[in-house]
Amino acid sequence: MTAFKNKRTPFSLKKQPGFGFIAILCFVMLYAPIITLIVFSFNAGKQISLWEGFSLQWYVSAWHNQAVQDAALRSLVLAVQASIYSTILATMAALGTTRTRPFPGLTTIYMMINQPLMVPEIVTAVALLSLFAMIKMATGYQGLIYLILAHTAFCIPFAYLPIRARLEGVDLMLETAAADLYAPPWKAFCRVTLPLLWPGIIAGAMLAFVISLDDVVITEFIKSSGQETLPTYMLGQLRRVISPEINAISSVLVSLSILVVSLFFFIDKKFGK
Amino acid sequence: MEAAIDVERITKTFGAGKDKVVALNDVTVAIEENEFFTLLGPSGCGKTTLLRLIAGFDHPSSGVIMLKGRDISQLPPYQRSVNTVFQSYALFPHMTVAQNISFGLEMLGKPKRYIKETVSKMLALVKMEALSNRCIDQLSGGQQQRVALARALAPQPQVLLLDEPLAALDYKLRKEMQFELKHLQHETGITFIFVTHDQEEALTMSDRIAVMEAGRILQIGTPRQIYNHPAERFVADFIGSTNFLSVELLPAKGPDARLRLSSGMEVRVKLPDGMVPSGRVTAVVRPEYSQLLADPGRKGDLQGVLENIVYFGTDTHYHIRLPDDTTFVTRSQNQLEETEAFRVGQPVSITFKPNSVQVLRN
Amino acid sequence: MLVLAFAASGPLLIVLAYSFLRAGEYGGVVWTFSTDAWFNVVFHRDIFDETVTLAGAHMIILWRSVKLSFFTMLTTLVIGFPTAYFISTRPRKTRSLWLFLMTVPFWTNLLIRTFAILEVIRNEGLINTALLLFGIINEPIQMLYTDFAIMVGMTYVFLPLMVLPLYASMERLDFNLVEAAYDLYATRYQVLRRVIIPMAKPGIIAGSILVFIPSLGAFVTPRVLGGGKKMMLGNLIELQFGAGRNWPLGAALSITLLALVMIALLIYVRTTQHHSENSR
Repeated sequence: MTAFKNKRTPFSLKKQPGFGFIAILCFVMLYAPIITLIVFSFNAGKQISLWEGFSLQWYVSAWHNQAVQDAALRSLVLAVQASIYSTILATMAALGTTRTRPFPGLTTIYMMINQPLMVPEIVTAVALLSLFAMIKMATGYQGLIYLILAHTAFCIPFAYLPIRARLEGVDLMLETAAADLYAPPWKAFCRVTLPLLWPGIIAGAMLAFVISLDDVVITEFIKSSGQETLPTYMLGQLRRVISPEINAISSVLVSLSILVVSLFFFIDKKFGK
Repeated sequence: MEAAIDVERITKTFGAGKDKVVALNDVTVAIEENEFFTLLGPSGCGKTTLLRLIAGFDHPSSGVIMLKGRDISQLPPYQRSVNTVFQSYALFPHMTVAQNISFGLEMLGKPKRYIKETVSKMLALVKMEALSNRCIDQLSGGQQQRVALARALAPQPQVLLLDEPLAALDYKLRKEMQFELKHLQHETGITFIFVTHDQEEALTMSDRIAVMEAGRILQIGTPRQIYNHPAERFVADFIGSTNFLSVELLPAKGPDARLRLSSGMEVRVKLPDGMVPSGRVTAVVRPEYSQLLADPGRKGDLQGVLENIVYFGTDTHYHIRLPDDTTFVTRSQNQLEETEAFRVGQPVSITFKPNSVQVLRN
Repeated sequence: MLVLAFAASGPLLIVLAYSFLRAGEYGGVVWTFSTDAWFNVVFHRDIFDETVTLAGAHMIILWRSVKLSFFTMLTTLVIGFPTAYFISTRPRKTRSLWLFLMTVPFWTNLLIRTFAILEVIRNEGLINTALLLFGIINEPIQMLYTDFAIMVGMTYVFLPLMVLPLYASMERLDFNLVEAAYDLYATRYQVLRRVIIPMAKPGIIAGSILVFIPSLGAFVTPRVLGGGKKMMLGNLIELQFGAGRNWPLGAALSITLLALVMIALLIYVRTTQHHSENSR
């Protein structure tokens, strides 16, 4: 499938007129706003239209902003816990749903696991809110646990997908061989399946982490007053005067996303076969 | 002396209703200790299923499997002293050669020193000492196969199962490995149960062969027995090539049966077990046990017309058309100075020793 | 496993239940059966003279949601298709780079991306500043707080969701078939229309669904870019759980949204089946 190119007939099999142009334009359009955002986070002045010189003041003020610190910490705590719990659950789910003979209800369970993916986020948010509201009224407990549960719930499908993909690539015969070689099922799992599954689990955990960190809608609905995460804090700020502090926070989050995606690609290259 | 493996009346079915598949149908066989035993048959005959049942990867639908007198039918694979060499090798990709080999021993909880010694012994046995710390994905097919062997032999099982282990190797390597496997079995004294669809492989390596088809064992015997005295049509056809003759059974005069060929020749033969002598049956004669003569030959020889001469280098095949329109093939080994004694189209007669005639059950 | 199953379906059932209850005083619900909520989805009862009219506001919002989602889907398709094609025709080595570039926005916070568009579109934003600078216009164009703004925002945000499935589908494209088409005297346009597009159909369907469904339920983007005035279904729902204090209505609206999603999915499933039957 090589493009047939020589000096006399530069006919390219794959070229479609205008496509390249649109594609490049698309990438430019995708990144221009983000880049602008990041650039102006270093703006000394408040206006986006006026560049007043390079400054780190917004980063500094964001760093010292109590509300920001509070929200950031909460976001992190939430994301770490959500990614751990959802990855564990997703691993169990993946193990339970692949490589078994299809039993009745398998597709239903599969759909239920992936439900947050198939339904608009707001519906999931409303559903979870309703559930937690009932529990809240019954128990009066107002802690962080609802957010943790909510995040875990909708992170599961995101962790599930890479784990399942990885699991399907693992040869079923290997576990049979382990059993043949005197390994009881749990030992076979620990010594054979788990090590081979590990890259998928890591990928799933990273995905879950990012998804949790980024979430706006569900968190906004579920949170009790005062429980701000970074995104909900920013949403609140956007209703008022927009300070370039938001730019600064955004830039940090964007770099975090870039970091995670890079890691993701790196792992995929290293272990993907 | 009790057998190494006793398979008694094993049946295995898959599915239900109209999707039901009978993989093994009332199979019984006793495999002796220190024996190289081969399960031979075409794809789908049930040989791999039987192997899996012995290994413990599946349960029989009915029947019993015994290991040295102990009933292991319901035991999980990790509790059977039986190890398998898989067709795809199934080596653990995240472990080195040495770690693969030591796996079974680790699972059995053997002391570290013992494991180390055994691993070196195994590596020497399969001639892979230099590659002990290599990663699996850096090995060639032949090397992987040896690691799989070493891994399965390290825990010193009572029986070793081999599921078409040579299928993925190229011809020359396969021939080499056949010798090595045979040698290994002698050296270790472990019972080998070998599965293959390659009849040549079975004949060269085995102490005894069980020919299987459609879930049943058709015949068990030494390679020579199977080759010279096939009892069933399928066995005669599957192993080597042969000529089928339709013959008539005459009433017996004495302990053996008599049959008359279409040419009138009468032959005394031993009938295979369980066969009721009556009417027309099929007999077989191997090409290499028959000889071509220029007409008219002796009284009672089969007569025919030479249709085709095929030169194979080592021998020559002669295709003769018989009066009943069937083809008979004879083989003769070529000598250096010989020139062709026959011409196509020539009337010829075929002669063979009476005891080369074998009657089939069906 | 079972835990998950209950966890997933439980909340939805509660929502369904809520929609049949009466609104509580300070939010939350009162456990008395009532179909008020469902009624209010579509109709409006004037508190003064008890006349029943079609709930105009709701209808507008519903229509806006469907309309904008649909156009967002179209726009992302038109932009996304060449882009996905471009990526899939890059040589192996650079391809991961392009994929990386496309994946990064995908994993960047929705809010941040919406905010970025805000900065670009608003009166003191990038576009207006540039246009003013070059003297093309004299006054800033009001782009923010319009339907247009919302659509631009959603297109921007959901573009990777269209490109990535399209790419996945195009990656499997067998260019031998394209070669065969050219060999049989097809022009570039014909090859595109009759070979490439049909073969990319699964990706088109997947991408369209992945864009349309979240668009229908979009909440953040319309809020930030539409101000309070241009609401979409998501905002309307949120309102009921917030200031509107009408949880049952919110629940009913959520179910309505879900129903719309189901309908959209059904239509897609039908069209794919229809097409695959046609092509046999």
